[in-house]
Amino acid sequence: MNDPNRVPLDVSDLGFSTSSVQAGEARQKPESAITDPIFCASTYTFTDTASVIRYIEENEEREEYGRYGNPGEKIAEKKLAALEGGEDAVLYSSGMAAIVGLLMAKLNAGDEVIFFDECYHRSREFCSKHLARFGVVTRQVKACDYDAMEKAINKNTKMLVSESPTNPHLSVVDLEKFAAIGKKHGVETLIDATLATPYNVRPLEYGVDYVLHSATKYLAGHNDLLAGVIIGSKAQLESVRKLRGIMGGINSPHNIYLLLRGLKTFSLRMERHNQNGQAIAEFLESHPKVEKVYYPGLPSHKYFDIAKQTMRGFGGLITFLVKDADWRKTADVIDAVKIPRIAPSLGGVESLIEQPLVMSYYQLAPEERAKFGIYDNMIRMACGIEDAEDLIADLKQALDSI
Amino acid sequence: MQFRTKAIHVGNARDPQTGAVVPPIHVASTYVQPGAGEWGEFDYSRSGNPTRKNLETTLAALEAGTGALAYASGMAAIHGAMMLLESGDHVVAGSDIYGGAYRLLHKICNRSGVTTTLAPSSDLGALEAAITPQTKMLWIESPGNPQMSISDIAACAEIAKRHHLLLGVDSTFATPVLTRPLELGADIVMHSATKYLGGHSDVLGGALVVNDKSLYDRLYFVQNATGAVLGPFESFLVSRGLKTLELRVREQCRTAQKIAEFLDADPRVSRVLYPGLPNHPGHEIAARQMDGGFGAMLSFEVNGDFAATKKVAESTRLFQLAVSLGAVESLIEQPASMSHASYDRDARLAHGIRDELIRLSIGLEAFEDLRDDLDQALGA
Ligand SMILES: Cc1ncc(COP(=O)(O)O)c(C=O)c1O
Ligand SMILES: Cc1ncc(COP(=O)(O)O)c(C=O)c1O
Repeated sequence: MNDPNRVPLDVSDLGFSTSSVQAGEARQKPESAITDPIFCASTYTFTDTASVIRYIEENEEREEYGRYGNPGEKIAEKKLAALEGGEDAVLYSSGMAAIVGLLMAKLNAGDEVIFFDECYHRSREFCSKHLARFGVVTRQVKACDYDAMEKAINKNTKMLVSESPTNPHLSVVDLEKFAAIGKKHGVETLIDATLATPYNVRPLEYGVDYVLHSATKYLAGHNDLLAGVIIGSKAQLESVRKLRGIMGGINSPHNIYLLLRGLKTFSLRMERHNQNGQAIAEFLESHPKVEKVYYPGLPSHKYFDIAKQTMRGFGGLITFLVKDADWRKTADVIDAVKIPRIAPSLGGVESLIEQPLVMSYYQLAPEERAKFGIYDNMIRMACGIEDAEDLIADLKQALDSI
Repeated sequence: MQFRTKAIHVGNARDPQTGAVVPPIHVASTYVQPGAGEWGEFDYSRSGNPTRKNLETTLAALEAGTGALAYASGMAAIHGAMMLLESGDHVVAGSDIYGGAYRLLHKICNRSGVTTTLAPSSDLGALEAAITPQTKMLWIESPGNPQMSISDIAACAEIAKRHHLLLGVDSTFATPVLTRPLELGADIVMHSATKYLGGHSDVLGGALVVNDKSLYDRLYFVQNATGAVLGPFESFLVSRGLKTLELRVREQCRTAQKIAEFLDADPRVSRVLYPGLPNHPGHEIAARQMDGGFGAMLSFEVNGDFAATKKVAESTRLFQLAVSLGAVESLIEQPASMSHASYDRDARLAHGIRDELIRLSIGLEAFEDLRDDLDQALGA
């Protein structure tokens, strides 16, 4: 019935697109509006002293002050948790704020964290440069080397971390194995699934403790806001949420509205990102001027089998190497494309393109870059949702022009 | 460039100053000028605003037009078009045009001495017969509401040409994804951007698109003089909506087609009105005029009386009970008690709006979930 009810729809048995549109939202919203209002208030009033005391003593669910949460944030968190199949979600002002928030909440001086080495360079930087200042030790092992990871565990190890797929090599983690190592040693596990999104894989289903997203990317999807989120169990996230209230990296009500709006078309967009990614990866692999394509949906990819087993689709991010090209000739390809814009980031409706050497690793010496698998002739393309034909024609003319 | 690529890139050029991949929202009401009596591209935000202009550029490209104007609402857009007329002029409008357009013509435009005759635009003979020597404009809607009646836009354009009339088409239900009236000979295409263009039930907006510079100039003059422009935040939200327009509309059409077929086969339903069904009177024209889909609006009649129909409309769990349409959330309504309740019953019946009619706006939820929801509501 269209009964006024203020609880969100149970979407556990409903389709992914239905969840994208409706999960987390009360059926009956303020003023009976079809969309939730944007609450800009920085603070929330109490009717009297007794209600303040009740709030404190009974831990009553309500708003207090904007740094601790706002109504839009709660809706977005419920929707994101539902999409990821998790119990709870904590939303942040950016993906980095989410990573920092989680690690700061969970790690103490003397603790150790182990990373698979292919990862977003700022996550690496935070751990090796900043967590180190607080006495947290970071160990890196080769991506997807589970034996090495297990060997690196000692009694101080508190967290195993990986992206999946990784950036920019698109290595795909065997989540079951990864989670099992953590369980076996009583160490919590975190997957940054930004590149996968819950449309393609839901790491919690494999026993991973925390899933993290730079919601700036596919979840928001329009290249017009920054956001980050951690999803996991309520109990495990309690300290994380508390710390967020102190560190202050909460997202703004306006941003959160745009995130929620973006999530409405999430399922639809992902379907298209997947289709475009696959079509363009196949095109690139067949092009004579391309040496190698990193894309989990290609049988030639190192992790194709595990990707195929665990992922519904493989996303819009593709990395490839231009054949017989130095960094300048590679840059010529990028400068010749007309539709994708030259920019970092990924996951939005607009296609973006970049040369990791120039965009993210310019300051490093060639040997250092090679250690991270960043080659001079490497291009990373984040396929948007434009027509694949247009993108392929554009890449073709750019490659043919060199 | 294909439709979707245009929707994402035309009018969304990289910001020249910062390189921002999404153009900024320009909230300024006024612009500093290079010199006294020397005017920059923008002078005052009613006359022109960069964010609104970006949207207008995209809309013109999507409708195969040369110029577009964005208004504060769909009604403001229709009003803008009607302000081309003068006292003594006459309009022939489709008999199933949106109620707000009907009200505008009969209660507002009439005050300025503009008269209107309604004629079914799906019946070309009747439409042409309503034309008088004073007629200056044909105003039609396809698909029409709530019968989803289909008008042959190219044939209407021929009639308009023959009689030297402007043809305006309210293409809100069709969207440029499915139909581009300017390519079929219409002079003005109109949208309630509140619906599919915005697409998320969170903006009111309207648009007119034309492919004739002098007509654009006349419409621009009226808009600038009367002032019902779309605000910068709304312009941004509509532009953002356009980026997923084709994905949304195509998916919504696919689901609507399956819902129509499901309802058509259900004995609890006596009639389904959807142009994608071969039994719909407009099916053949629609198949020609609509590109790859028949829209995401459909109506049906239940086997039951007013109260039973009301119950069905009130019993859905996913479909929300609300007027309006075109958004990601599916909506349900009973025209007799909601969108057309202001008509008396005889007038409603004359328009084919029976008590047992239900109108659906199909959103982006999964087909299976919507079907199950209707199934349980019909059994409620
Ligand atoms: C995989 C991955 N994780 C985390 C981040 C950081 O997220 P944000 O830019 O939202 O802080 C990014 C992007 O920059 C990313 O690509
Ligand atoms: C077909 C049609 N035309 C025009 C309008 C008026 O648009 P608005 O509500 O944006 O003023 C509507 C919407 O209500 C409509 O459905």
